[in-house]
Amino acid sequence: MSDRKKLIVSHAPFLHCGSKISTRSYHIMIAALPAVLHGFYLYGIPAVGVVALSISSAIIWEYLINRLTGKPTTIGDGNAALIGMMLAMLFPATTPWWAVITGTFVAMVVGKHIYGGIGGNPFNPALIGIAILTLSWKNIFNIDYALLNYDFGFQAAYPLAALKHGGPAAVDSFNLFSLFIGQQTGSIGSAFGLALLFGGIYLIIMGFIRWEIPVSFLAGLLITSLLFHLSDSARFAGPVFHLLTGNTLLGAFFLATEDSSSPVNFVPMLIYGAGAGVMIILIRNIGGHVDGAVFAILLMNLANPLLDKIRPKALGKVGSHA
Amino acid sequence: MLIHMIKKPYLKYDVIDPACKPVIIPVPGKAVIFFNGISDGKKRLLFKAGDKVKTGQKISLFADSAEYAVATVSGTITDISPYVGNFGKTCTAISIDVSEDDFDDSFGKETAGQPLESVRNYLSCLPGNLPVNNLFDPEKKISTIIITGIDADLLVVTNQHIIKSKQGEIKRGIEILKSIPGINNIVIAVRREFVQGYGHIGAEIRNIDVRYPSAFPQLIIRDLLGKTIPAGKTPEDTGICMISAEAVASLGEAFLHNRIPTGKIITVIYKDEKKLVSARIGTPAGDVLKALNININNGDRLITGGPMTGSCIYSEDYPVLPSTDAIMIQDGNSIEPFSDYPCINCGECIRICPANVPVNMLVRYLETKRYQEAAEQYDLYSCIECGLCAYICVSRMPLLQYIKLAKHELAGIKLTEAANV
Repeated sequence: MSDRKKLIVSHAPFLHCGSKISTRSYHIMIAALPAVLHGFYLYGIPAVGVVALSISSAIIWEYLINRLTGKPTTIGDGNAALIGMMLAMLFPATTPWWAVITGTFVAMVVGKHIYGGIGGNPFNPALIGIAILTLSWKNIFNIDYALLNYDFGFQAAYPLAALKHGGPAAVDSFNLFSLFIGQQTGSIGSAFGLALLFGGIYLIIMGFIRWEIPVSFLAGLLITSLLFHLSDSARFAGPVFHLLTGNTLLGAFFLATEDSSSPVNFVPMLIYGAGAGVMIILIRNIGGHVDGAVFAILLMNLANPLLDKIRPKALGKVGSHA
Repeated sequence: MLIHMIKKPYLKYDVIDPACKPVIIPVPGKAVIFFNGISDGKKRLLFKAGDKVKTGQKISLFADSAEYAVATVSGTITDISPYVGNFGKTCTAISIDVSEDDFDDSFGKETAGQPLESVRNYLSCLPGNLPVNNLFDPEKKISTIIITGIDADLLVVTNQHIIKSKQGEIKRGIEILKSIPGINNIVIAVRREFVQGYGHIGAEIRNIDVRYPSAFPQLIIRDLLGKTIPAGKTPEDTGICMISAEAVASLGEAFLHNRIPTGKIITVIYKDEKKLVSARIGTPAGDVLKALNININNGDRLITGGPMTGSCIYSEDYPVLPSTDAIMIQDGNSIEPFSDYPCINCGECIRICPANVPVNMLVRYLETKRYQEAAEQYDLYSCIECGLCAYICVSRMPLLQYIKLAKHELAGIKLTEAANV
């Protein structure tokens, strides 16, 4: 029967909703773009250089790992570019080129590919990169020191550093609205709260991030900082100040929501988000670091597998153990 | 079809177009009847190539087996050969060269005297697949019957058509089902639109939600009866028998006309169109498509059943079976392949799964063939196989295939263990 038609056989289902990993990655990058552009506006060419180098070197690391392991090239899924961009947003504009490349190496290789690549990483790769750099070369991340030669035309002290060293009295002069519209110093992508908020809401509406995580994250942060503030307002700043400074909004919408390192069930997502929010304030108020966002989220990443064991009972399960 | 909300996306069942009338497909020149079971070389065959069969004649292929098929055409047997389907399921294909219809009347003679015996002896291959074996199995103790007036899969409207157009037959069918000893509750599950006109049908009418997959047996039973089928059990294990509206209508028709019905209603889904057809059971799928002027080319996909749960067939000669509710043709250009990407843990499957299966964890075990752990810790058997996880998967993993393969492998292991005891 040579004239028999050759039909394709495959398994059900025969429909797909059309989603792709690349769409997901690029949408998250687009949502983060306004905040990055604001960084370009504030810090000029050095910021452009850091972002470009970070994204491109992350892609190159991914490509090299693909070649080394003999796997298909996966740079097309946009995940490497996304990690590079997230990392760049956490760098100060003056980060030297070797630190950027080291950072993307740590993020891509130690943070992602050692665990088997996309979907296998237990921690947010960008946060692994930034955490290791922070611990290794502290001065690069001293914002006030790094941005010494800039003249911004607004209050240029890094708000969280001012808070750490001078207490709430030292940050009284910051106008909260100015902070919200990006008139503050910090890492490249973290200053423009308004843009981060809109980017985050866009991602929630489009379904690219899980809303439970940022909402509980911000709730945990606000409630904890409010409690601290109420207990001793001379020592601890108010909740809105914490919301608008440092990496809070970047962390809530773009870092804590990284797929692989965050839970997917409802209750665990709430615990995870709230836990990270609480940890940030604990680190900022009584810990050693100026901004706690990076380590707070990494700590909750660590708890993710355990948290995600809390899940609804599956259909048809009888008895007590789910 | 996909309605995106922040909380949960969902797919909706289609409603049948009221003007939709089935196209009658001419009786084919060659027909194929599937017989459940296969010769192991020892069994004596009661039929052979060259034998003549009549429409409605019972074909018991093996001497010492209760299984039978029913010839839906008249003609001469040309070939009897084994056929291997999905997951190694085997049956015997009986090819028939079709001639003018000549009706066998042995069923008609038995209906008056012993109606239930005649159901058992002749009607296990009715259009719509009446589950005769379950109904009369004394060990199952069936007490409740749920008649499904809506097809479980998306886009398929076969049973909606039956509900709309065959009230008289369904009523007669219900009367017969009620006369089966032990049956004390019959429920019809239909869409809200079709409740009208079913007031005096002799069964309780209940609505089904419009969201896929609410017409799956486990969910119908949960939503309508408030009962839970334990994971890994069938509805029949808990005394509930699911019967399609078409099977009930065919049962009624058999007794109204004293003849075994042979015409199957099928929803043909092609591109964005769908058509209802009525074809003889045994008609090759290719003949159905030819009658509708649908061309099928190299690289297309031919599917029996609906888009979410159907199965691909590799030949146009594959016949219409008593259970074929839909035939779907997918253009080669529109086929989206599965990928070998790993799970990225985006959580979409968790949100969409109607059975609360932790698909993201489950798939990590299934990929590495750790089926036992998948079943014990990650609720493999709670899966109702609706396919939504694979539909929504960002990584485009063949999730439903993984799940079905795992169940198949575990069943194989159990069989081997039982044989070794």
